[in-house]
Amino acid sequence: MIGGVLTAARAGFICCEACGLLARPAEPGAPGHCPRCGEELVSRRHNAIQRTWALIIAAAICYIPANVFPVMKTTTVTGVDDDTILDGVVLLYTTGSWPLALIVLIASVIIPLAKLLALGFLLVSVQRGSVANTHDRTRLYHLVEFVGRWSMLDVFVDTFTVALIQLQPLMSVAPGPGVLFFAAVVVLTMLAAASFDPRLIWDAGAAPEGSHA
Amino acid sequence: MTAPFPLIACPDCDLLQREAAVPAGGAARCSRCGTVLYRNRPGSLDRTLAYTLAAAVAFVVGNAVPLMGLTAVGHTASTTIIGGVQEMWQQGQPMTALLVGFCAVFAPALDIVLTLAVLLAARRLPAPRWVGTLLRWSPFIRPWRMVEVMMLGILVALIKIAELATVVPDLGMFGLLALMMLLAAMASSFDPREVWARVRWVDEERQPPGAFAQSVSAEAGK
Repeated sequence: MIGGVLTAARAGFICCEACGLLARPAEPGAPGHCPRCGEELVSRRHNAIQRTWALIIAAAICYIPANVFPVMKTTTVTGVDDDTILDGVVLLYTTGSWPLALIVLIASVIIPLAKLLALGFLLVSVQRGSVANTHDRTRLYHLVEFVGRWSMLDVFVDTFTVALIQLQPLMSVAPGPGVLFFAAVVVLTMLAAASFDPRLIWDAGAAPEGSHA
Repeated sequence: MTAPFPLIACPDCDLLQREAAVPAGGAARCSRCGTVLYRNRPGSLDRTLAYTLAAAVAFVVGNAVPLMGLTAVGHTASTTIIGGVQEMWQQGQPMTALLVGFCAVFAPALDIVLTLAVLLAARRLPAPRWVGTLLRWSPFIRPWRMVEVMMLGILVALIKIAELATVVPDLGMFGLLALMMLLAAMASSFDPREVWARVRWVDEERQPPGAFAQSVSAEAGK
């Protein structure tokens, strides 16, 4: 095997992101395109850190109205009731289905927040050139990527509640403005996870002084 | 140099390493970060084709037939996914409606169509270049098809509604359940490397001679 830490970047190759071909760049400054699939060759994703930060900050801003504004507006003969995401969790809990309340709490409140914190941590650690816990940080990144779509849960819950409970004039449910912000948080964090480049985690360790691995 | 096992780089940590033979059903992991580099999935393309055809049928059933019927105080209502999207749109959330429609209907449909096109075209050797183009798109679509998330969402919605009304699952729900499992089976049986090895290169001059159906990633090893 190859001794030391020889990455594709140090050896002058680029691993095509689309088809996995290890390609020889046309010129170091302008690598060109993958000869097999035609994808643009990039050693590391363009502006990964800046893009991920921008998307995280946008998601963090949307996180506040997503939790403050109601996601559902229930109109009954006795009046109008606004429910935020947390109200929905409490409702599920008080009606006796605490496992579902827990699932919704995790998917809608904890996962989005944990994703923001995890991506923020990964970015800060990469920017500080950390060489510690590279394995765990790679695993954390994959967890963020894998778990992100499950936050969409509440959007689907709201959609099907709205679709089914249209029993005018007795009772009807309409979506609230919170849904859109909540959906924006999910989409923005998913895009943020996709724009981060996990190879950056390992780049600090591959620098010449750390080549004992 | 012409190596029997070509060089590849780990997509996660960029470590350069040689491909090694993997027993059927096994996976090769990066020697530094442990990420799965590739798997040996025997009969991948045929198996995935079978799952994809079944998924296409389940998709039609899950989307055309109502998911459930609801009865409360003399009213009855039923809904499909599209019906839910429509209601969301009419109740003043067009953006959210579009997103739900995209994740629940459009993305799974697109994934099924793309996979079907890729698999059928890749049976011919060499596979035309557009197969590569479609294959490049599919990883971008995969995270957005959220049939399993929607199933859980429907379950939560039903339990919320259960105390107000009687809800009876309809045929569409079973179609959706089958679709969810078939999409997972498609994703786990599909081996894009096998298709890439059959695709005609964009830059034919750099294509290694006699490379078809050989191991992939030969560019660096020649």
